[in-house]
Amino acid sequence: MSAPVHIRAVEKTFEGAKRASTRILNEVTLTAPAGQITTILGESGCGKTTLLRIVAGLESATGGSVHIGERDVTSVHPSRRGVAMVFQNYGLYPAKTVGKNIEFPLKMAGVPIAQRHTRSLAAARLLHIDHVMDRLPAQLSGGQRQRVGIARALARDPEILLMDEPLSNLDAQLRIEMRAELVAMQRRIGSTMLYVTHDQTEAMTMSDRVVVMRGGHIEQQGTPEEVFRVPETTYVAAFLGNMNLAPAPASETGAGAGITLGVRPEHFLPADRVAAEPGDLRIEGRVEFAELLGTDRILHLRAGNTLWRARVDAALPLHEEITMVARAANLHRFDTESGVRVAA
Amino acid sequence: MRVLGQIVRHLLLALGGVYMLAPIILMLASAFTPTADILAGRYLAHPTLENFQTVAQQVPLGTYYLNSLIVCLATFALQLLVCVPAAFAMARLRYRGRNITVWLLGLLILIPFQVLAIPIYLIFRQVGLINTLPALILPFVGSAFAIFLLRQFFLALPGSMFDAATLDGAGTLATLIQIVIPASRPALLSLGVFTITSAWNAYFWPSFVLSDSSSATIPFGVVQFINSDAVTAYGPQMAMATLSVLPLLIAFLFAQRQFIRGLALAGQAG
Ligand SMILES: Nc1ncnc2c1ncn2[C@@H]1O[C@H](COP(=O)(O)OP(=O)(O)OP(=O)(O)O)[C@@H](O)[C@H]1O
Ligand SMILES: [Mg+2]
Repeated sequence: MSAPVHIRAVEKTFEGAKRASTRILNEVTLTAPAGQITTILGESGCGKTTLLRIVAGLESATGGSVHIGERDVTSVHPSRRGVAMVFQNYGLYPAKTVGKNIEFPLKMAGVPIAQRHTRSLAAARLLHIDHVMDRLPAQLSGGQRQRVGIARALARDPEILLMDEPLSNLDAQLRIEMRAELVAMQRRIGSTMLYVTHDQTEAMTMSDRVVVMRGGHIEQQGTPEEVFRVPETTYVAAFLGNMNLAPAPASETGAGAGITLGVRPEHFLPADRVAAEPGDLRIEGRVEFAELLGTDRILHLRAGNTLWRARVDAALPLHEEITMVARAANLHRFDTESGVRVAA
Repeated sequence: MRVLGQIVRHLLLALGGVYMLAPIILMLASAFTPTADILAGRYLAHPTLENFQTVAQQVPLGTYYLNSLIVCLATFALQLLVCVPAAFAMARLRYRGRNITVWLLGLLILIPFQVLAIPIYLIFRQVGLINTLPALILPFVGSAFAIFLLRQFFLALPGSMFDAATLDGAGTLATLIQIVIPASRPALLSLGVFTITSAWNAYFWPSFVLSDSSSATIPFGVVQFINSDAVTAYGPQMAMATLSVLPLLIAFLFAQRQFIRGLALAGQAG
């Protein structure tokens, strides 16, 4: 029913004007395991869409290969790869009703009309849009339009489901709802899903695997826990969970010059509540700014040249001067020059 | 002060309206007035249908109308057949020399028809098309302006729609027929109005290639009738003129919105 996607050393160069060419993807290698959700996470312009389009076959790679299961699909026509795609701006057919939109891939595949109806209705039911089957896309809300896009993708029972920022045009509340719904839907149909997003929360909450991209190459990949717990580079550390990064104070940790220290804001503890142990990081700072997030508060602490963010209980009494401690086990060290993690 | 400004503005607009409408009103009034009364300036003193009867007796109206209808519909149908695929190819397909074709298209738009009229006339005379209906139709099929207009429209359609069609297994032809054309209804309707009104009103080119009334269209018939008769038979002449614009007027009343969009194109076409 579902198959893994292997992307091997894929490269992409766009020929620009005047023979200038820009490399958009550089040696991208990753596997999206069968029946799981793999998220490609990265900033705008890092090549996520290009990579997804290469998997779909809408764009050809300059180098490397794409395999679906055992099959090399690098030069197979998009419609014969067994992939379906959901687009950020929906990509619906404006002159067709919702029902006809969902049926269209089945019609093209030559599925008999009665079967088309039952299958498109089933897909529409799964996405709760079976009551708007006779409307045109222009008569739907953004959320409904995206559901139509997803239903159309599901109608053909694709082995591989590609999604390019499907929720980014929806409002915040709807995004949270759809997130959970998409995961539930994927578990039900069991397709392999490649999901592109620039939203770290989506990546953390939805995926079985996260692939962090930066400027056309893969920065790190693994389960969300792995990537979050052990970021391989300062980029990943800052991008996922907004880690504090500062030159290591040599006196404190014994770390030499050229080391960047990373601490997550939530790993700071008030000094008066913990007994300091050797190796811990101790920050005596002045509160410059405090943001209340409800139950938590983010303190911006000035200590020397560094501004640290500490996430503390909102009930903690606020003083002008506060001392914070981060446990040795929660400290991350990176080479300042390359940004790569150094073993503790 | 403001009231005065309003009054002046409306007066100016009213004056403009009269200036535009006066000839049409004069035409309609004259059509129902005997020629003798027209010359005496007594419009509609004795309303009559006599002028129309005179026209019907002297002019092969049926032939003219039929010819005009055939020319309009055939021009539009052939325009669609040629321009839609051409515009689609230039907007969405990748082929060698695509930039050159688009460039040539831009060049063609700049060449006025009057420049091409004589070469086309010479070719048509060679192949014996003079005095035939195809001679009135063929020069206007595949017009650069129509291709350009449709291409712009196709370029503005969302790219993800085409990507979805590719993934859904629609080939070029299926994409064009089942997705692009239905999505382009407004553009095609506007093009239809534009094509049909200019074909209906065309006089310059028919006057080149027609010498008798067997293939004559309405405007050609009007001019022929005016020239043939005594110059002073104003009543029947205005009746004939009224008959020539009547179908378009009726069509306009039924589809005002499409008409206005289509006629806006005529302005751009120059
Ligand atoms: N057809 C093209 N020709 C030239 N350059 C392109 C083309 N398509 C994309 N690019 C460039 O490739 C880079 C990556 O684009 P891509 O759309 O893959 O980014 P993305 O990660 O999806 O960004 P976003 O989050 O904004 O959607 C961009 O710098 C873009 O300008
Ligand atoms: Mg993108």
